[in-house]
Amino acid sequence: MAKIISKTNPARELVFGDLWEYDAAPETADPKLKKRYDLFINGQFVAPKKGKYFATINPGTEVKIADIALGDAADVDAACKAAQKAFTTVWGPMPGKERGKYLYRIARLLQDHAREFAVAETMDGGKPIKESRDFDLPMAAAHFFYHAGWADKLPYLAAGRQVAPYGVVGQVIPWNFPLLMLAWKIAPALAAGNCVVLKPAETTSITALKFGEICQEAGLPPGVVNIVSGAGETGAAVINHPLTSKVAFTGSTEVGKLIMRSLAGTEKKMTLELGGKAANIVFEDAPLDQAVEGIINGIFFNQGHVCCAGSRLLVQESVAGEVLARLKRRLATLRVGDPLDKNTDIGAINSKEQLGKITELVKAGVAEGAEMYQSECRLPAKGFYFRPTLFAKMSMSHRIAREEIFGPVLSMLTFRTLEEAVEKANNTPYGLSAGVWTDKGSKILKMSTLLKAGVVWANTYNKFDPASPFGGYKESGFGREGGKQGLMDYCRVG
Amino acid sequence: MSARLTITKTPKCYVGGAFIRSESGRVFELKDQKGEFFANVPLCSRKDLRNAVEAAAKAGPGWVKRTAFNRGQILYRVAEMIESRVDEMAEALMLGGATKAEATKEVVAAVDRIVHYAGWTDKYEAMLGSVNPVASAHFNFTVTEPMGIIGVLAPDERPLLALVSLILPAITSGNCVVALASETQPYPAILLGEMLAVSDLTGGVVNLLTGKRAELVPTFATHEHLRAICGAVNAEQRKALRLGAAESVKRVRLWKAEEAVDWESEGMEGLEEIRALVECKTTWHPVGG
Repeated sequence: MAKIISKTNPARELVFGDLWEYDAAPETADPKLKKRYDLFINGQFVAPKKGKYFATINPGTEVKIADIALGDAADVDAACKAAQKAFTTVWGPMPGKERGKYLYRIARLLQDHAREFAVAETMDGGKPIKESRDFDLPMAAAHFFYHAGWADKLPYLAAGRQVAPYGVVGQVIPWNFPLLMLAWKIAPALAAGNCVVLKPAETTSITALKFGEICQEAGLPPGVVNIVSGAGETGAAVINHPLTSKVAFTGSTEVGKLIMRSLAGTEKKMTLELGGKAANIVFEDAPLDQAVEGIINGIFFNQGHVCCAGSRLLVQESVAGEVLARLKRRLATLRVGDPLDKNTDIGAINSKEQLGKITELVKAGVAEGAEMYQSECRLPAKGFYFRPTLFAKMSMSHRIAREEIFGPVLSMLTFRTLEEAVEKANNTPYGLSAGVWTDKGSKILKMSTLLKAGVVWANTYNKFDPASPFGGYKESGFGREGGKQGLMDYCRVG
Repeated sequence: MSARLTITKTPKCYVGGAFIRSESGRVFELKDQKGEFFANVPLCSRKDLRNAVEAAAKAGPGWVKRTAFNRGQILYRVAEMIESRVDEMAEALMLGGATKAEATKEVVAAVDRIVHYAGWTDKYEAMLGSVNPVASAHFNFTVTEPMGIIGVLAPDERPLLALVSLILPAITSGNCVVALASETQPYPAILLGEMLAVSDLTGGVVNLLTGKRAELVPTFATHEHLRAICGAVNAEQRKALRLGAAESVKRVRLWKAEEAVDWESEGMEGLEEIRALVECKTTWHPVGG
């Protein structure tokens, strides 16, 4: 078949410059924020025992939003005891059918409060409102809805075997998808009959504590869900508390290893969902327009604050020039700015600290000789923003090709053969996810077999579903979230 | 005519399909139940362990490519090879003080366990994998894959049955194994190697070392090519293994050697053991044009 080659490469484009600006289109729903957030323990909002609070700011404006309770070991202890009591007296003995109904209620209430939560999420975390509105909130509700149905069907989970909850589960979640990660953690834990003590990330506690209000509204028995906000030490207290017989953590590989070490002398069960440096592999027979959109979504979704972000683009040499040209064009049209604006594609970097890390790694990329392209968009004067960035002409040994950047930075490498693509894709200590772009179904399946990654997206990227297990190989952690495999990680199977 | 002098066997470890002495040249003395010298067993070194991991790495791609049905037949062949030598294996167990009846019971339990897993090779996937009904136009499915090379640390109790119980779930799904035999009763593992060698199991899929646990635990813990560790060890070794595992986020499944483990129970075999040593991979395959 003759291949049609575009005569103009790059294709002609319409350049409007500053002629047509977008009008501001801010989301105006009321996030119903409080000035101060207390800990949610045993069904009540309580002040931290030491009375300490810390400020949480809007990373899009650097304006303070609220004071958040700083929980310490004593608060965590109270939460764990409340959870244990709820487990032995209420939640454990409750029939699965009844437990499920509470989860359905929570799912419905999250849908009812979706706009309010979406705005709160965007203000506290910096992600574009269109993502919190169209992805985080619906997906969080979907996770509760999906797992609600499991609560009375646990015997079907493991044919021929007995399943039982662990009791109290300690959970520590990251700042990139604050409410969604909470849903990924709490929904399966509760469906399996566990009670939880959850520590949200320091910079994004608000929606987790607002979730406490949802629990109250749903009439969830006190102690089944406990939210203890705070910093790293608070998380360590949750992980190390003798009552948490199972812990689940999502975050960096570095902290995951710390947790493994701190629990080495115990018999606690763990699931860890850690970092990644995913390869997004584009073959020459791929539908390129679709692939370019997928590459953009794969790395710039949520400012690249995604553990499974497609940060290592591998393009077959024959189409590398074409893909690079199209990517540069697309990069220029991404709208970076006010996260609350409905037109914004890329919002604010979650924190000053994270912005510093991204800046440092990008500098290293330039210093190591890679070719950098950045969008020329204007950035807001206040707040933490980073231009969408693309590196080409680089090698596998560059830091930007090996280390997780967790920001809007894409590194492009090339390959000639399928074998070379696999070799490069697997040449990393991580193994969370991978993308494959090709027109051939058999090639998709072959690649999926050869790639050492827990999730393989074919002709798509960053797709999630409560029914679809998610989790990594190698240093990307162990255990799964979602599907029956994820639920089983919250059960003792005998 | 003088009485014929019997030929004593020099115990060798089964590594990479060959029988080796330790590269270190070291041995340790094994006594029989009367306390008399029985044989010199290889005192394997850390280098032997690393060599065994290399042997396993070579065997891995071939083993994982076998069809599930073929793996089942091979495991069944292993059972056949032991069944025909039950008495010999029982005698190896009696060295450690077991009575003939106890020893025979342990050997047949081990054979039955192998047969149990032979039947799992082409069935566990249907139980552990899934087709996931996602809310988009994708055929979304989860399959399991073996983790790679598994480090096994057998306890001193039940030196054959425990060893076999730890190795079988790993190789059922296509993993390779580097195992350290019971320190006090290594001889059954030596014999097991000889039986594996005449089964159809590819050399290098199971590698059996003898030696001192305390000496080898640190290397088991930190060797990055061992993707999981399972075994029954004491509290101090559990901690050491878990600390080492953290360096490369290695999977760990350990029993307490200081507590009685009922290796004969059916709870010690089956799907959960297989599940502990596989990874789940989820693929989103597009549906439609």
